Amino acid sequence: MAKSRFMQWIDARLPVTANWEKHLSKYYAPANFNFWCYFGSFALLVLVIQFVSGIFLTMHYKPDAAQAFASVEHIMRDVNWGWLIRYMHSTGASAFFVVVYLHMFRGLMYGSFKQPRELIWLIGMFIYLTLMAEAFFGYLLPWGQMSFWGAQVIVNLFSTVPIVGEDLALWIRGDFNVSDATLNRFFALHVALMPMVLIGLVVAHIAALHQVGSNNPEGVELKKNKANTDIQPPGSVPFHPYYTVKDTFGAVAFLILFCAVMFFAPEMGGYFLEHDNFIPADSLATPEHIAPLWYFTPYYSILRAVSDPFIGVSAMGAAVVILCFLPWIDRNPVKSVRYRSPLHKLSLTLFVAAFLALGYLGMQPVSTLYTEISARLANVYFLFFAVLWIHSRPRGAVFSIGWFIALLGAVTLFDYIYRYSPDNLSLMATSWLIPVAYLAVMLLLPLVTSLGRDKPVPAQINVRGVGT
Amino acid sequence: MSRIIRNLLVCALALSANLPIAAYAATEGGHTESIEIDLENSVLQRGAKYFVNYCQSCHSATYMRYSRLAEDLEIDPKLVEQNLIFGDQDIDDTMTTAMPAQDATSWFGNAPPDLTLVTRSHGVDWLYSYLKNFYLDPARPQGVNNLTDPDVAMPHVLGALQGWQKPVYEKDANGERVISHLELVGPGVLTPAEYDRLVRELVTFLAYVGEPALMSRAQIGTWVLLYLSVLLVLSYLLKKEYWKDVH
Amino acid sequence: MPHDGVNPKRRRFLTAATGVVGGAGLATVAWPFVTSMQPSARAQAAGAPVEVNIGKIEPGQLILEEWRGKPVWILRRSQKMLDSLDKVATQLLDPKSTVASQQPEFARNKYRSIKPEYLVLVGICTHLGCSPTFMPKPGAGGMGGDWPGGFFCACHGSRFDLAGRVFKNVPAPINLEVPPYKYLSDTRLLIGASADDSNNGGAA
Repeated sequence: MAKSRFMQWIDARLPVTANWEKHLSKYYAPANFNFWCYFGSFALLVLVIQFVSGIFLTMHYKPDAAQAFASVEHIMRDVNWGWLIRYMHSTGASAFFVVVYLHMFRGLMYGSFKQPRELIWLIGMFIYLTLMAEAFFGYLLPWGQMSFWGAQVIVNLFSTVPIVGEDLALWIRGDFNVSDATLNRFFALHVALMPMVLIGLVVAHIAALHQVGSNNPEGVELKKNKANTDIQPPGSVPFHPYYTVKDTFGAVAFLILFCAVMFFAPEMGGYFLEHDNFIPADSLATPEHIAPLWYFTPYYSILRAVSDPFIGVSAMGAAVVILCFLPWIDRNPVKSVRYRSPLHKLSLTLFVAAFLALGYLGMQPVSTLYTEISARLANVYFLFFAVLWIHSRPRGAVFSIGWFIALLGAVTLFDYIYRYSPDNLSLMATSWLIPVAYLAVMLLLPLVTSLGRDKPVPAQINVRGVGT
Repeated sequence: MSRIIRNLLVCALALSANLPIAAYAATEGGHTESIEIDLENSVLQRGAKYFVNYCQSCHSATYMRYSRLAEDLEIDPKLVEQNLIFGDQDIDDTMTTAMPAQDATSWFGNAPPDLTLVTRSHGVDWLYSYLKNFYLDPARPQGVNNLTDPDVAMPHVLGALQGWQKPVYEKDANGERVISHLELVGPGVLTPAEYDRLVRELVTFLAYVGEPALMSRAQIGTWVLLYLSVLLVLSYLLKKEYWKDVH
Repeated sequence: MPHDGVNPKRRRFLTAATGVVGGAGLATVAWPFVTSMQPSARAQAAGAPVEVNIGKIEPGQLILEEWRGKPVWILRRSQKMLDSLDKVATQLLDPKSTVASQQPEFARNKYRSIKPEYLVLVGICTHLGCSPTFMPKPGAGGMGGDWPGGFFCACHGSRFDLAGRVFKNVPAPINLEVPPYKYLSDTRLLIGASADDSNNGGAA
């Protein structure tokens, strides 16, 4: 198609057409994208929703401890359509995490973190961390009871760091207690710094993706023409118009769910908007039950499973950080779960189940039984990574049995040092069977069955075929 | 895959049609009864009357504007000024209480809390039960206690209307003496059915006060979902049309 | 690429249809955001009409009230002040108050008020927004011998008479604004509500 004079003028000064082609009309993506491949574009949509709703909220919100709570009610009642903008932002926050978790799960399933996509995964992990910080800062802003006490608890976690802990917590708060000083700086971070960081990281994330090309549910790479990248590889389609049109459809479906929540159940039973947060913050009255928002609860469980505060914090941090190392842990050349062994499918399923169960437990009040179960689920969570590494290649008996003993030993040692107490010995001994069973299945079963064997991977994408 | 999406869509639409716009109705404290609320104008108008007459001498609803009340409940602003606004407040003011907070704290021990958001933080069930669960207790400064919020400092403002209740004790599983239920000592100005209705209407009003947009957001939501369904069909056809190329 | 001629038409139609319907949706979604920037109920409440007691004002005295953050003058004009209004007509730019935006209908008369005795003006100079000073004394020092009494804006030298009408050859181009107001009784004014309409307007 010949370029208009106008576009010629623009392109001579700014590479608009070149980038349009590179990233859209001539970016060739595998033609076999499925349901799981929607969530990246959904994440971008939610980011835009949060930006727009956030900016308009900032026009009316007051980041002052004496006025913040009232200003939110002002938005809900006095500002035209303020209630809609507020619900859009609160629903968007939870929607963001739903979408991001599903997006990450896709990465786990199809091996999108494997070579040459390690950096995409790493940047994605930084996005995840930034998002968690953004959500944490944002939640203080309504200045309700949960806002205040949630922030209090989390900032106190930093004080558990040896030697520098107290000073660190003081520096974060800007005061001896969570107060107006804390609120004001969290506002600055939530509205200005984190969003800028997020945009930068998202741009880098997509740029890194386009550099190597998209993965697909088969885990089989497109056969690109090295001599001329303009030639459409077999089994692929140009992103525009095929995926722009498909993602539009997906976005509308997503918006139906989003709007159903926003208009009919914005509180979502107290999971998206917590009931205690409709009470203004009171530094002298602790709520009966402090829980973070649902998207943090899996890690909260892990924190509470260990009685030593600093070890608990470290375990919680490790649970997030270990995901960053995934590309170097799972070295199995087979990318997609479709062609991995039955045992791998099981370990992935158990990992997700453990994560969800930990999430549920994180919302419950503390009890001895729940703490014990959380600890064992945390075992499963962390052991998943060890199992991933071991399943990178077929392993011999000595290797497998050796690691079985070593990992079980590590779990038992951790139990003994950090979780043992005379009261819960019998409970701990019984629940110890969980990691035993898990490791036996994952490490020893491959020795006596073929359940640990991967399937042969097809040479190319088995798509219906692409019209040229 | 399209079938999955279609099914998801059907589920979403079905859910949206059935989701009751129930205000938060959780259970907290003991002896909680569940209620359904109906945000109907005449109910809300009576609820407003009860709130202003019985509650506002001590409790404020600081975030609720009279003018908004007039608009949402379809009451002429002049009538609101005459019947619902006591003192020298204006139609544009918010429903604050005349009782000074400091005095309230010295008289009751705690300042009577603001009630604008009570149904959002505690739920309609809690509030409904609370207003019905006062009983005589000579040990308390106000002479009453409450099953839903034990040792509360509030007097039973509606006591004359409900009639005074006394606790009936029983032994629980551990042999401890607990209250099994409450009984009226004598009749109140209202029959139990009339009192129950009053409490329901008052609670319904406070549910509205907690979120005035409650009334309109379901309506708007239905239109939005209808529109999005149309757009979904169109965008699906568009997608299918382009993807014919990929055979 | 399409395989037969029918497809491009259907493709174009569907693209256009989706685009139009989607665009309509986008425009509708933009609306709440745009209106959210309109004055909120709280701003409307704060900008509501203000009641002023004028029972204690002496003849020749000016009091200052605030409405919507703006200074509002209420001047009780003496008979001498009222008589002077005709004499200055030739020195004024717009003696008949022809510029409609500067006063409600009821004030398009030589007194620029409902009752001649009380003048209500927004105390903001129509040049660049400073607040003029009240200079009621005729021939006041520094104003020149033929100064009839009125308002003088120190910022750039604009002058207005005792009905708020602007003099010729000064920077200000139009008369001082008369806000909407009405009498609740002989001693009470409601500023911000127009005598022209029956309900408490104020949303002007």
